[in-house]
Amino acid sequence: MSLALKLIAQRISLGILMLFAVSILIFVGTQILPGDVAQSILGQSATPESLANLRAELGLNEPAITRYFAWLAGIATGDLGTALTSGQSVSEAIGLRLGNTLFLATVAAVMSVPTAILLGLIAVRFKNRWPDKMISGATLACISLPEFFIGYLLILVFGVKLGWFPTVATVYEGMPFGDRLQAVVLPAVTLTLVVLAHMMRMTRAAILNVMQSAYIETAELKGLAAFKIIWKHALPNAVSPVVNVVMLNLAYLIVGVVVVEVIFVYPGMGQYLVDHVAKRDVPVVQACGLVFAAIYIGLNLVADIVSVLSNPRLRHPK
Amino acid sequence: MTADAFLDIRNLKIGVSVREPGKPARDITIVESVSTTLAKGKVLGLIGESGAGKSTIGLSSLAYGRGGVEITGGEVFVNGRDILTLNRQGLNQLRGREVCYVSQSAAAGFNPAHRLIDQVIEATLEHGLATKAEAEARAVDLFKALSLPDPENIGSRYPHQVSGGQLQRVMTAMALCPQPDLIVFDEPTTALDVTTQIDVLAAIKNAIRLTGVAALYITHDLAVVAQVADEIMVLRNGKKVEHGSTQQIIEAPQEDYTKALVSVRSITHAAQDQTETPLISMQNIVAGYGKGPKVLHDVSVDIFAGQTLAVVGESGSGKSTLARVLTGLLPASSGQITFEGRTLTPVQANRPVDDLRDIQMIYQMADTAMNPRQTVATIIGRPLEFYFGVKGKERDKQVAALLEKIELPADTAKRYPAELSGGQKQRVCIARALAANPKVIICDEVTSALDPLVADGILKLLLDLQARENVAYLFITHDIATVRAIADSIAVMHLGKLARYGSKSDVLAPPFDDYTDLLLSSVPEMKIGWLEGVTAARKMEGAGN
Repeated sequence: MSLALKLIAQRISLGILMLFAVSILIFVGTQILPGDVAQSILGQSATPESLANLRAELGLNEPAITRYFAWLAGIATGDLGTALTSGQSVSEAIGLRLGNTLFLATVAAVMSVPTAILLGLIAVRFKNRWPDKMISGATLACISLPEFFIGYLLILVFGVKLGWFPTVATVYEGMPFGDRLQAVVLPAVTLTLVVLAHMMRMTRAAILNVMQSAYIETAELKGLAAFKIIWKHALPNAVSPVVNVVMLNLAYLIVGVVVVEVIFVYPGMGQYLVDHVAKRDVPVVQACGLVFAAIYIGLNLVADIVSVLSNPRLRHPK
Repeated sequence: MTADAFLDIRNLKIGVSVREPGKPARDITIVESVSTTLAKGKVLGLIGESGAGKSTIGLSSLAYGRGGVEITGGEVFVNGRDILTLNRQGLNQLRGREVCYVSQSAAAGFNPAHRLIDQVIEATLEHGLATKAEAEARAVDLFKALSLPDPENIGSRYPHQVSGGQLQRVMTAMALCPQPDLIVFDEPTTALDVTTQIDVLAAIKNAIRLTGVAALYITHDLAVVAQVADEIMVLRNGKKVEHGSTQQIIEAPQEDYTKALVSVRSITHAAQDQTETPLISMQNIVAGYGKGPKVLHDVSVDIFAGQTLAVVGESGSGKSTLARVLTGLLPASSGQITFEGRTLTPVQANRPVDDLRDIQMIYQMADTAMNPRQTVATIIGRPLEFYFGVKGKERDKQVAALLEKIELPADTAKRYPAELSGGQKQRVCIARALAANPKVIICDEVTSALDPLVADGILKLLLDLQARENVAYLFITHDIATVRAIADSIAVMHLGKLARYGSKSDVLAPPFDDYTDLLLSSVPEMKIGWLEGVTAARKMEGAGN
């Protein structure tokens, strides 16, 4: 166990180090961005004096290093700064938005991950026969269509024609869970269709690779049923590659959903970020970038840890 | 079909369909019209070289074809029903219940993700033959019968936590656990070291006797099968050559092919006396990989011009590492190598070209030691070009001369490695080594991957070449019979140290040190009752101590 623990501790510290590196990159990146916040707040007709006053007020004249550490110290205490454009606390605004994004991502993940793995297992069981070909074809077709097309198609069919689900995914604070769920069904389905193919094909490939092993033959010569061999003998040895691709897709569900949020007018992080990039609201952009990076690094960390734990050689050293 | 014959194979035909791009599919016959029966509690040995179809026949009693192999004709009756007509559900009832299988590599045959006990009792539970507690108790009894250490707890380990020999015994327990009528043993001891093989063999034989299970025992080693089988069927190229009682096959073989198998290793080589000064002297070599523990501890050996030093030992004894030190691929951390009286640079990259030329190497796997996209002429011609600058017609002439030396036809030069047989490939590798006109050739298990008769041919060739070219061999092997056949001096290695070293007559004559004694007495002899003799003698010794 000690070896596994050591590896996990190593991965966690690397993750933290990586987050630091990313925070520097984000900060430097936002400094290089063209444009002037004061200018964009006050507009083209602002006088040089008022611009200078606003800059001083916003602390934009301090040296970059000072501002970086002030920012970092703020983050450590949970204060992500104040939005330049609205004067609101970024932490509060992000908290709400992040909650919405995570809710949508969770619903999409709960729908897509088991479906993808199950479809992968079925494809392996009926390898090169019609169920396999149908699953591959259908998932490939879904990934080939742009997400805005799928989104609008779903809206047209299930929102407009059939009227089963709302066409706009509006959520608000204190909304009952059932209503909230119904509101996000269509965007969640859109996301599921987008990520399904990747996860399903990886599951299929990883398990087929394991199916070449001699111990699969052993299982077959024990008289085990075909699906039991796949489930019990192949899947546990394919966990590592499958988890990696699942985590990548989960990360995408959280940080890459801008288009879907825009289609369904869903108040999530993506839209919030895009809005504030347009307004050159640096603290918001920085905070969003950092949150996304943390989620990405965190999910990949989970994938690494699961990989380590799924390896019996590391779990049970000689 | 006799009343007690529960396995009855009739006119079995097995083939495989080979599809090469651009060509119509070809059907290749692997097994042609083989018939046999097996009574309850009897052991039938299937013996033959690679490609004889012995594994394929063994697996047919589970109605299983490996890869694209298909049973194309005949009938296989198990307990009175033709299993070739069963559907998947019917087969699942047969497999793991009436017939079980033990594969060559237990290390690959066990699922790394599950504990041993869960895999051992899996088939028993799947077929509802016992409750979990009963099955576990049965497994522990089997572990005891197979003399596994700590039988109560070994099951809770994972496959990577036990040794290869133990794993092979656990796999035997796994096959015995559902109390089948028949077990197919597919080369169960081939991958093991000789001192481990004898223990596993004794355990398997004991378990067969205790449980009364019938067995098909597949191997290429006649001496091994003679210890466990009641009857032996000799196979060659998918056809039955001879079938008889073990005694008849060993003591009075009828067919020429069987006679050749029984009398294999007929080569004798009178050891030469050592000359005054050795060609190569390796002194106090200590070496290891990276920061890991040292693999060689203070090893000193001499190689004499035109003679063979055989380095013999089991896996992990450091014999290949010794070769790597000599080639300079792994510089020794201390000790030195003297070559023709001067010190040899430890690192290969720093050695002058002539030193590189003088030390050549032949590998175990001729397949992977040659570029598959080069013709034999290019492969053999490369050292001629590199060391001597020989090109064009002159090169072709020398390649032809080399091919003659290794007894291959001249048109081999135009062929690719894939078009050659295993023995021919190894001959090409020998020619490549010879092309450099070396003073010493390192032969690393060069006959281990070959069938006995082919290996014999290679050894004869090596001895002839030595007599003619006066080249020395550092011959690495785990096979004592090979050592007897060709060595002038012998180094027995054990755990990175020299257990015994000297001329052939000294090393192979008693009194022995403990390890050499164990090693020599573990080599199976083509004699019925050898196994019992050795195990009994060892028990006596153990009791005496």
